[in-house]
Amino acid sequence: MAGRVNRISGGLDLSRRGFMVAVAGSGLAFSFLTACSEGAEIKAFEPTQWFSMAPDGIVTVNIIRAEMGQHVGTAIARILADELETPWETVRINHVDTDPKWGLMVTGGSWSVWQSYPLYSQAGAAGRIALIEAGAKILGVDASSCRAENGEVLSGDRKISYVAILKRGALERVFTPEELAALPLKPVAERRLIGKPVAALDVAEKTTGAAVYGIDARIEGMVYARPLLPPTRYGSKVVAVDDSAAKGVSGYVQSLTLEDPSGTVPGWVMVIAETYPAAIKAAGLVKVEWTPGPGADVSEADLQKRASELISKADAGAVLDTGGGDASAAFRAARTTLEATYTTSTVLHFQLEPVNALAFEKDGVFEIHTGNQWQSLILPTLAQALDRPETSIVMRTYRVGGGFGRRLNGDYAVPAALAAKALGKPVKMILSREDDARFDSPRSPSVQKLRMAFDAKGEVTAMEHHAAAGWPTLAMAPFFMPKGLGDVSYDPFAISGADHWYQVGVQKVRAINNDLANTVFRPGWLRSVGPGWTNWALESFLDEAAHKLGLDPVAFRLKLLTGEGRNAGSAPNAVGGALRQAAVVRQTAEKAGWGGALPANTGLGLATSFGQERNMPTWVACAARVSVDRSSGQVKVEKLTLVTDAGAVIDPDGARAQTEGAALWGLSMALHEGAAFEAGQVRERNLGAYTPLRLADTPAMDISFVESLEAPVGLGEPATTVVGPAIGNAIFAAVGARLRHIPIRPGDVLQALRG
Amino acid sequence: MIKLRINGRELETDAEPDTPLLWIVRDGAGLTGSKFGCGIGMCGACTVHVNGSAIRSCITPISDLEGVEITTIEGLDPAGEHPVQKAWRDLQVPQCGYCQSGQIMQAASVLKDNPDITDEQIDAMMSGNLCRCMTYARIRAAVRQAADTMKGGR
Repeated sequence: MAGRVNRISGGLDLSRRGFMVAVAGSGLAFSFLTACSEGAEIKAFEPTQWFSMAPDGIVTVNIIRAEMGQHVGTAIARILADELETPWETVRINHVDTDPKWGLMVTGGSWSVWQSYPLYSQAGAAGRIALIEAGAKILGVDASSCRAENGEVLSGDRKISYVAILKRGALERVFTPEELAALPLKPVAERRLIGKPVAALDVAEKTTGAAVYGIDARIEGMVYARPLLPPTRYGSKVVAVDDSAAKGVSGYVQSLTLEDPSGTVPGWVMVIAETYPAAIKAAGLVKVEWTPGPGADVSEADLQKRASELISKADAGAVLDTGGGDASAAFRAARTTLEATYTTSTVLHFQLEPVNALAFEKDGVFEIHTGNQWQSLILPTLAQALDRPETSIVMRTYRVGGGFGRRLNGDYAVPAALAAKALGKPVKMILSREDDARFDSPRSPSVQKLRMAFDAKGEVTAMEHHAAAGWPTLAMAPFFMPKGLGDVSYDPFAISGADHWYQVGVQKVRAINNDLANTVFRPGWLRSVGPGWTNWALESFLDEAAHKLGLDPVAFRLKLLTGEGRNAGSAPNAVGGALRQAAVVRQTAEKAGWGGALPANTGLGLATSFGQERNMPTWVACAARVSVDRSSGQVKVEKLTLVTDAGAVIDPDGARAQTEGAALWGLSMALHEGAAFEAGQVRERNLGAYTPLRLADTPAMDISFVESLEAPVGLGEPATTVVGPAIGNAIFAAVGARLRHIPIRPGDVLQALRG
Repeated sequence: MIKLRINGRELETDAEPDTPLLWIVRDGAGLTGSKFGCGIGMCGACTVHVNGSAIRSCITPISDLEGVEITTIEGLDPAGEHPVQKAWRDLQVPQCGYCQSGQIMQAASVLKDNPDITDEQIDAMMSGNLCRCMTYARIRAAVRQAADTMKGGR
């Protein structure tokens, strides 16, 4: 029994049992809510499942999105509160556990606000209308003479508060989905919360240590587990386990070889102990012999070689529908052409909370306590792994200590659940940082070939974009894959961005799965996903094309952003089309002082994007100012200027925070991160070798948003995609060195300088 | 048995002497505000104070800590009203929040020694704490604001 606290002053008996009870009683509950639900007694008004209003006027908004730093609950709750006309002080948020009634539970793609906006505004409107009807009745006036404002129903000079209405008796009014959809929303001019500064509801608890993350979950009688990972992601088999040396570790319990019917974690051995430090120590002493699966000898260079081979095969991959035309013919007819190849390295999520899960069975229900971004995806896998119906599994919701896409893939819940089932007791599994890196679903390395054709006048007549990478959606959610020309499926998250809004004549976009990558590891969705590499290639290439033509890179982009044909845009999400992209390019250039004089070896580079998807464009542009040390190859980013048009901004400070973080992710991936596969595993596994941006290298940032009343779209990722190419283009502007690979290392700059 | 003093309370444990303080703080004392990030002292999420100075609890064995005063984020200020915590809220610094206990403890320790801090010193003193959400611009501004408050209070 090692590692226990036996006694704390004051005579408390803190035996294991006593300790756990004491902790449970001290507020370490298994859900965020507790404090909020107390007000929601029998007479709560609940016109839809999305919120309830207690008799004291406290409004609890049910949030099905994961809180991972984007203050998503605050953004969504205020959409509802604005329509409901309830004061912000009355609003609480409840991050719900899994239940089929919530529908698809996923937090990713910068979709949350975009998808939630109609639903939660209608729910708020339903509440407002029901309260107006009830208030009118009490006041003895016609409902049509009433309006609601700030928690009150008003008619002429008479009024009644929501609380007073609810005190008269529960409101029974409920709305069908059809009724909800037909409800009148408030005019934009009457918005009181949307777009106004409001403190995020999850910030205070994150300054006192009170916020509860998955790693903080605990239950009486649990044991700790640290896994021993097999040499390959798939197909490894355990031959022998020797734990004789571990038996001397105080608190060591046993080593458990997992049998996984779902095939999620083949070859895993769980080292079980009474405390986590004992599990760490014992894991270092347990010897496991494996038969490795495929890919045990594969390197990063092998992966990229395979990607290049596939690009050179004309029939590999899927061609997207980009408006038709014969690209080959256009290239044959061209006066001149330009071609370049761009590559990106493997990138780790390195979310700071290593993946973990607490699992146990209680009252016939299997409970999984963990932070997760896509509960609906992993539940069927858990059902298969545990051999029980999905309806008898519940995922309890926690704060997420960094998502960035890692926790869209809930594979880490499976080994904890399997161990808990095998042992018949609660198991708390925590991965070490090194294990987390090895078990990551990293951003796949990529190879992209881009071509452009020009006529005799230098006008662009055709463009091709071929991109090869591991496909996350193929690995984890193939049902999400659309079909390209000839009914060939492709991963939209591995090619989006290449189907851009520039007018380039005949356009060909080809997405190719790097089959070797999908064999060796599980490619992941990582903040900004495909556009994180496609836009690196596209915007670097646009710059190269401008220089080839002798045109200013901003002027060249503006010339191609005509907003005509398929780039005209359409309601509801893309009103204005490419002309809105042109506007952010223009504004960014102006704000950054484009064309002005700069010191020697200093340059300004610009890149732009439409964000994540053509049907949900967030228009963004970035100008990076960098200085380059010609002797060392060191690149210093001095300033980033970003302008974003995301339609109506719901949460201005949250929008700014997301853009700050997204932009610095772009910078970090361009200059500081990057991993490499070696013998089938990522080589960089902790901060000695994997080196994300630190505070000292953080540049000044000038971030602004276009004022707009258009449909609100996503903000968590778009800024990520523009910073890398803006830096690459700035390096070229500073010293004439063209970089075509990220991360950009000083040695690469020196080599490019030498030509 | 090793005796520790955490946030003013005595605590006794039979854990191995080489057990990192972090696990005693989190799993023993139930103070989960200090976080496990890298396990090698390079991310700073586990930062606590020993006699007021910031240390990385994930690499500090409890055998080194008898007779010292250990303070975690939960004990920094009884009401959570330390100038650094207030500045963090004013500027809405946290995103996912996982690193922020460590950031706040690092900043509080640095400013206690030297509230008259330069921008360069802020950069240097805070760069051992990784923020994966990259809230660095706000951390920089919040440390500056807290420093100004603490200077005024002197």
